[in-house]
Amino acid sequence: MNDIKKVKKLIIDKPLKLDCGQTISNFPLAYETYGKLNDKKDNAILAFHALTGDQFASGVNPITNKEGWWNYLIGPGKAIDTQKYFVICANVIGGCMGSYGPSNINPKTNKNFGTEFPVITINDMVNAQYHLLEFFKIKKLFSVLGGSMGGMQVLQFVSNFPNKSETAIPIACTHSHSAQNIALNELGRQSIMADHNWANGFYEENSKSPDKGLAVARMAAHITYLSKKGLQEKFGRKLQERDDLKFGFDADFQIESYLRHQGSVFVDRFDANSYLYITRAMDYFDLSKQFDGNLSKAFEKTNTKFFIISFTSDWLYPTSENREIVIALNSIGKDVGFAEITSDKGHDSFLLNVPDFLNTIKNFLNTSYNKLNEKRI
Amino acid sequence: MKKEFNTIASLVEKKSKVLDVGCGDGELMKYINENITNDIRGLEISKSNVQKCVAKGLTVIEGDAEKDLKQFPNSSFDYVILSQTLQAFLDPENVISELLRVGKKAIVTIPNFGYWKVRIHLLLRGTMPITKDLPNEWYNTPNLHMCTIKDFVNYCNKKNIKINSKNLSYKNLFSQLGIFVIEK
Repeated sequence: MNDIKKVKKLIIDKPLKLDCGQTISNFPLAYETYGKLNDKKDNAILAFHALTGDQFASGVNPITNKEGWWNYLIGPGKAIDTQKYFVICANVIGGCMGSYGPSNINPKTNKNFGTEFPVITINDMVNAQYHLLEFFKIKKLFSVLGGSMGGMQVLQFVSNFPNKSETAIPIACTHSHSAQNIALNELGRQSIMADHNWANGFYEENSKSPDKGLAVARMAAHITYLSKKGLQEKFGRKLQERDDLKFGFDADFQIESYLRHQGSVFVDRFDANSYLYITRAMDYFDLSKQFDGNLSKAFEKTNTKFFIISFTSDWLYPTSENREIVIALNSIGKDVGFAEITSDKGHDSFLLNVPDFLNTIKNFLNTSYNKLNEKRI
Repeated sequence: MKKEFNTIASLVEKKSKVLDVGCGDGELMKYINENITNDIRGLEISKSNVQKCVAKGLTVIEGDAEKDLKQFPNSSFDYVILSQTLQAFLDPENVISELLRVGKKAIVTIPNFGYWKVRIHLLLRGTMPITKDLPNEWYNTPNLHMCTIKDFVNYCNKKNIKINSKNLSYKNLFSQLGIFVIEK
């Protein structure tokens, strides 16, 4: 692994009051940018990452040497063309790619924070990232977008800063984490905590990390990102490098081998405590509750133009939950578009090469950008 | 562009707020957006049409008029347009009442089953009429509730919906299409 200390960081010196009551200050926010901010500073897009993402949305991630997680969408000549737009992406606080998180050193103990790190929320993540606008001297972003937990951040961002983005694209997300979402996250957390190496979150001092637990958490979560049809078509009952069943508990089936692989590569790039903290932030997300159960109130003050996208085979954040956001916006006469994209690839569709999805974003952004410039002329 | 669209567009006041229900590929919306008012959005059920609208830079919401009009508040639009889709709904009566709730005025167009060519087709051939505006056979037509201009006007009168009904018998015989502005 390359040195994580070398990633770009903004040190936020202003105190940030967290939802849990604690205040943090002088903390790092790791970020990356793609493209160039123009002279008018009107071409900036803030992309929010999902649970296990990071700031390396495009190009090659220098830490993992793998492609950025949104490489299909963002890059030169792509749907979000970085020859035209300036894309900023930050690692959320609580994360493990250079931003302030549980693997940072606690100045009080000189050891890793572990589970002494404060519980953070989607609201806290967004408030921390808002400092990037000041840092780049951007008065108003052209767009904020993100899928899954990234979409939740989009909703929270527009609610907190109603006049700070011209457009917003929440993708495959929800305004309120459902019981099923919480249950699946709890499964992952319990798997990590059941690993003896977890040691109540202070595993770094023992130099043994709860890899088994984290891998199982990832395996379980990975299933929820795919659709039944997608799994069946890709794997079916195909056997893994063998002609017949072995009557044992090795990975007989390709799907087993695939999941084990997903689990084992994940532990090399992700911190178990960050997994606990970030899933907790998702579970606590309930934007309508912040507005007395009336989601429309969250958007009353905004003139941001929305486009909401869901996927037919996404059962984790289904169309019905995305549509609730559309309804809340329509019911107060806000400018909102909505499309449900046909895809067999499940929740993961937003990360994959799904042409209708990529075109929808491209067309929405480009026509919105042109309209803004027409207005100015 | 269809001649019908010109007529519809001429009925919309400048700078008003418009919802095009069943906006199709967005041709009418695009025309209104460029020439009359840019405060216009569409509701469309077909995924491929939604993509076409997005490509034209139009605001479109994927949805079903029979279910999704209820999310809009009362009188939230100056005009709600329904172009040649009324006859294809399961419950057109409910759609009309929703149009009049959501829009201060509604512009509704219907293929006229009272048009003379349609009447003659049925009278002389004895089979379901097929014309330019009614191109399908009885077994594959999307039209569930065909009506004539006179039927529609009678319905509005019965329900106390304001509608222009001058020269009714003439129009019912000689118009292929009925275009109405209705309001509560």
